[in-house]
Amino acid sequence: MIDIFAKHAGLRESYDGLTATSPRNPFEVVIERPVSASVGIIEGRETLLFGTNNYLGLSQSKKAIEAAVETAETMGVGTTGSRIANGTFGLHRKLETRLAEFFRRKHCMVFSTGYQANLGTISALVNKDDVLLLDADSHASIYDGAKLSGAQVIRFRHNDPVDLEKRLARLKDHPGAKLIVAEGIYSMTGNVAPLDKFVDIKTRHGAYLMADEAHSFGVMGTHGRGVAEVQGCEDGIDFVVGTFSKSLGTVGGYCVTDHDGVDLMRLCSRPYMFTASLPPEIIAATMAALEDMQEHPELRTKLQDNAARLHAGLQKAGLKTGEHISPVVAVTLETVDQAVAFWNALLENGVYVNLSLPPATPDNRPLLRCSVMAAHSPEEIDRAIAVFGEVARHFGL
Amino acid sequence: MTDSITDISAMIIEKLLANPKVPRDIDGNSKIVEDLAFDSLAVMNFVMEIEDELDVSVPLDKLADIRTINDLAACLLTLKAAQA
Ligand SMILES: Cc1ncc(COP(=O)(O)O)c(C=O)c1O
Repeated sequence: MIDIFAKHAGLRESYDGLTATSPRNPFEVVIERPVSASVGIIEGRETLLFGTNNYLGLSQSKKAIEAAVETAETMGVGTTGSRIANGTFGLHRKLETRLAEFFRRKHCMVFSTGYQANLGTISALVNKDDVLLLDADSHASIYDGAKLSGAQVIRFRHNDPVDLEKRLARLKDHPGAKLIVAEGIYSMTGNVAPLDKFVDIKTRHGAYLMADEAHSFGVMGTHGRGVAEVQGCEDGIDFVVGTFSKSLGTVGGYCVTDHDGVDLMRLCSRPYMFTASLPPEIIAATMAALEDMQEHPELRTKLQDNAARLHAGLQKAGLKTGEHISPVVAVTLETVDQAVAFWNALLENGVYVNLSLPPATPDNRPLLRCSVMAAHSPEEIDRAIAVFGEVARHFGL
Repeated sequence: MTDSITDISAMIIEKLLANPKVPRDIDGNSKIVEDLAFDSLAVMNFVMEIEDELDVSVPLDKLADIRTINDLAACLLTLKAAQA
């Protein structure tokens, strides 16, 4: 009999190598419970959370908690069905209307996760006769959506409008539709995309543009509409996809657009149709969190200040961070062993960050990925910087 | 010169050898993943460099069938011919 797991031999080897040298398994960290948005109990200790994507701290929103409790009490805890069968409650429609209004778009579709929003949008928009142009550093959900669609996939160099344009020019006689996909803020590095430049290019080449604002929704822009709002190019983005699992602190995803054609997406997007819809208490909490976000624009100012503080502090400590100041601040290290040791030392000293390893990182180097929150106090940020500095000195970096 | 599989293979090998981590004894029949120890991301990134050289874009699904340097050269030649 052929060993069905034989294909994982390479993965097994890297995994065993990693767990043999690390005092704890980096993939099995347990947050016993959050104490607040910025502190959680890990290994019995209060630990500063610098790797949660909870940018506005809204996972602990009082308003959202109350909405969830009340809704669970009156409506129950699940829908037990697909959006196109028994899984659409009044609340789902209401959330879609609210999000469409928020983004000033005609249409909104809500998905059960952000991952599915990418899968469901991309796979419904393009098929084998079309071409997808993906930023090389795209999130796994974008690559998976591309695979599911069956479209021809062409990668362009990360954040590089010139490279994108060159590739579109090569496709000038291709008869299919062309869809460009980019993110607002890149999840691993915090890099911000030049969406305004992509809009200019897609207009000249007759392509469509989809932006995944997963990490920038609620985070960037005066109103929190993301990188496209900051760059003043929202009209040129055909489809905006995003998630509730970061700035809104719940779970779920969306796609908003002005194209009327999307009404039929509800009947051909498999990741939308063939899965249960979000439970009512999640929808209610998401709506409440959205209101919280809109009522508290100061959270975004605080978040930007905090991002700048962490970014500057880590650079001053001599660590290698990206150039963009965004709520994702990634410290690049050279070797996996170094990164694993550094990450363990941070945790032992009360700071949790994400350990990101190749091939999930760009250019094959490991990252200590920090995400900043509006809920962090300046003291908490300074404490994290100090611990980073001490650990770096300890390892002679 | 990039108008035959041999020419393109030679160009690919030259580019590969610029990377000190690549074994010195590679030829057109070397397997990209097994012999060069490239993972899927490294393959995609390397192909980007070649794409610039030949002014073509290689769709990702085409990469799935490529095992050797000569396979890659043949694929690039076909794409280039289709584009001309
Ligand atoms: C860029 C990007 N898109 C989509 C997702 C998926 O979102 P979700 O966690 O809601 O499935 C993520 C986060 O994991 C992401 O970073």
